[in-house]
Amino acid sequence: MHRGIARLVLVLVGFFAAVLMGFGPAQAEGPSITAIVTGADKAPISGVTVNVAGPDGFTGSGETNAEGQATIEVPAGGKYTATVDVATLPVGVEVKSGPERTINVLQGDKKALFPVVPAGEGGDSGGGGGGIFSDITVDRVLQLILDGIILSLIIALGALGLSLIFGTTGLSNFAHGELLTLGAFTVLVLNTTLGLNLIIAAPIGIVISAALWGWGQNQILWKPLRRRGTGLIAAMIVSIGLAIALRYTILFFFGGSPESYAQFAGQPGIDLGPVFVTPKAIILSIIAVIFLVAAVAWLKGSRLGKATRAVSDNPALASASGVNVERVISVVWVLGALLAAYGGVFLGMTQNVVWTMGQFLLLTMFAAVVLGGLGTISGAIVGSFVVGITVQLSTLIVPPELKTASALLLMIVLLLIRPQGLLGRPERVG
Amino acid sequence: MDMGFVLTQAISQAIGVTAIIYLLATMGLNIQFGYTGLLNFGQIAFVAVGSYAIGVFMVQWQGSAFVPNLWVAILYAILLSVVLALILGVPTLRLRADYLAIVTIAAGEIIRLLFKSTDALGGAQGINGKMGEEFYAINPFPEQDRFDFGPLSYTRNDAWVVTVGWIVIVLLLLLTWALMRSPWGRVLKGIREDEDAVRSLGKSTYLRKMQALILGGIFGTLGGVFWAVAKQSVQPDSFVPAFTFFCYTILILGGAARVMGPVVGAIIFWFLLVFIEQFLLLLISNGTITFLEPTQVGPIRFILVGLGLMLLMIFRPQGILGDKKEIALDAR
Repeated sequence: MHRGIARLVLVLVGFFAAVLMGFGPAQAEGPSITAIVTGADKAPISGVTVNVAGPDGFTGSGETNAEGQATIEVPAGGKYTATVDVATLPVGVEVKSGPERTINVLQGDKKALFPVVPAGEGGDSGGGGGGIFSDITVDRVLQLILDGIILSLIIALGALGLSLIFGTTGLSNFAHGELLTLGAFTVLVLNTTLGLNLIIAAPIGIVISAALWGWGQNQILWKPLRRRGTGLIAAMIVSIGLAIALRYTILFFFGGSPESYAQFAGQPGIDLGPVFVTPKAIILSIIAVIFLVAAVAWLKGSRLGKATRAVSDNPALASASGVNVERVISVVWVLGALLAAYGGVFLGMTQNVVWTMGQFLLLTMFAAVVLGGLGTISGAIVGSFVVGITVQLSTLIVPPELKTASALLLMIVLLLIRPQGLLGRPERVG
Repeated sequence: MDMGFVLTQAISQAIGVTAIIYLLATMGLNIQFGYTGLLNFGQIAFVAVGSYAIGVFMVQWQGSAFVPNLWVAILYAILLSVVLALILGVPTLRLRADYLAIVTIAAGEIIRLLFKSTDALGGAQGINGKMGEEFYAINPFPEQDRFDFGPLSYTRNDAWVVTVGWIVIVLLLLLTWALMRSPWGRVLKGIREDEDAVRSLGKSTYLRKMQALILGGIFGTLGGVFWAVAKQSVQPDSFVPAFTFFCYTILILGGAARVMGPVVGAIIFWFLLVFIEQFLLLLISNGTITFLEPTQVGPIRFILVGLGLMLLMIFRPQGILGDKKEIALDAR
């Protein structure tokens, strides 16, 4: 057997043994729901009444203690709704994304987070509320465009890596969403488990992610597969298997409930005339732009960047011209994982850190890459902005749950007209 | 709970309702991916159309003259599935394999989100109610509570559902076998091997690919019909992309481009999945394993599916029955 493959098996076996060997959390007691009400910087808010309703007419309620927590025992597992009694909240604030949460209790304690923000800031961040034409106002359109730009930046951070990996190796990486999730969780572990401040934890976590999940993944899995001559479709299906395995491994260790970082959670928004935005979103966006501009400049300008584009164009020719193809691919994986990890942190800070976060973005990232033209650098970024802004603006006319569908539909329609994507070069297909 | 219970559970699931649903969808996928090389990642869309057709026609439109009974509803489901295949196929079948994969998975998600947000189709709650009374009315099993086949025990309705399910599967397997040894089937395999060569022989590959997509889609739709009738409930969030990925795992495990591949794959897949789950739960309940919670067993199952799919694809892409030369592993 090939040495690389043998190593892969060893790692997988070791990984799985580790999964089975004892990372399981402590045994829990009877089922319960813990509602956590927090304000700016996760400051707990006490004295808030939380009502719980569930199957068979069960109702219960509790009042948050000094830690902002209220634990309500429930009779059995099932689907419950926890609602914050808005009358008991401090004046001038509201619960982000509405005062109601639906919670699936299995066993043990399940947490429901109620981040509180100043009234008007985030009652429905990103969603935009109902989908009726009469709701269209200039303010709302501007707010949605701003939300769309923020979403576009997160998509672009993932899509650029996805496109580069596709360009250099031909792999449609269905596990790319998990690079975002892994990045966000790596930072979460440094931040909440090890207690590092997020400002320190984020850069360290992103570098670890780039090394471990980017370079490491390529080294352990994809490089041996390439040496083995695994076909592109086979590799694509391998990436699907990897995505499933990684996603459920995260669920296994961290559970299914959304988590927040210890700092900057529930930050109050600031009023910029027609639009509301949180300061953290502004700073995160600026850093994202810096990351993206630097990445593009590096790809366009530097020697290695040129080599990357050469490999994308024609690996055999690049190799014959003296480019170290494997080295370029390694660099691309590191860069892709680095950008994706930052995208994950961005998403985790503005929303939640949850095991499905990358999965939900994967299709929009693909839509962005396909829209812009598979494998092109600027195409991925242009595509991301088209997709991100479409997703948010579409909530003006369609229900919010259909906003992702609108971007996917846009991709399919564009493929009909321009199969090579917006910026791609035409190529004879099929 | 003991070892006997674990084995009984695993065996009954391996030939039970869920396995039948997945098997029907996978047999469709076998025609599309196994024989023709079409990378359809949206098989769940066809399943959803089948389930929703039954749910909407039998519950939402109950008593309308348009749908007098279940059998007509099944006919409509098949027609809708053909329409879906045409809508999906016209823009995508000319695309490269990787584009096709992304577009079909996107189409599946669009359909799920659309159904979920349309109140006339039950919205997020889905559709619950009596679907398929006509089917249960012709149940020939004598009136009694349970039927025991060796260690397996079924209710009267389940026994009927499983029996009909396997009869349908056998008929469709015969159909697949006959089609794939016909000249039509040989053209499909030719498309998988070298589309340009087939085209140069004067065959319309586009047309044949469309036919394969339609036929495989109908198989998936029948799985969806079966799902609605057996479970009497249609939930939008059952129709997630992961379903299709499970079908791929089953297909590759059993062996793609083999008539019996999906059958072998589905039985082994569900046996292993349920066996591992129940075995771990047994070990937890009698205290042998103390570091796991029962809720963590679910994720372990999926981790195993993911790892299984990876390892199969790397080390044995032809699965149990297949031939490595016959799998579409590389296409641009």
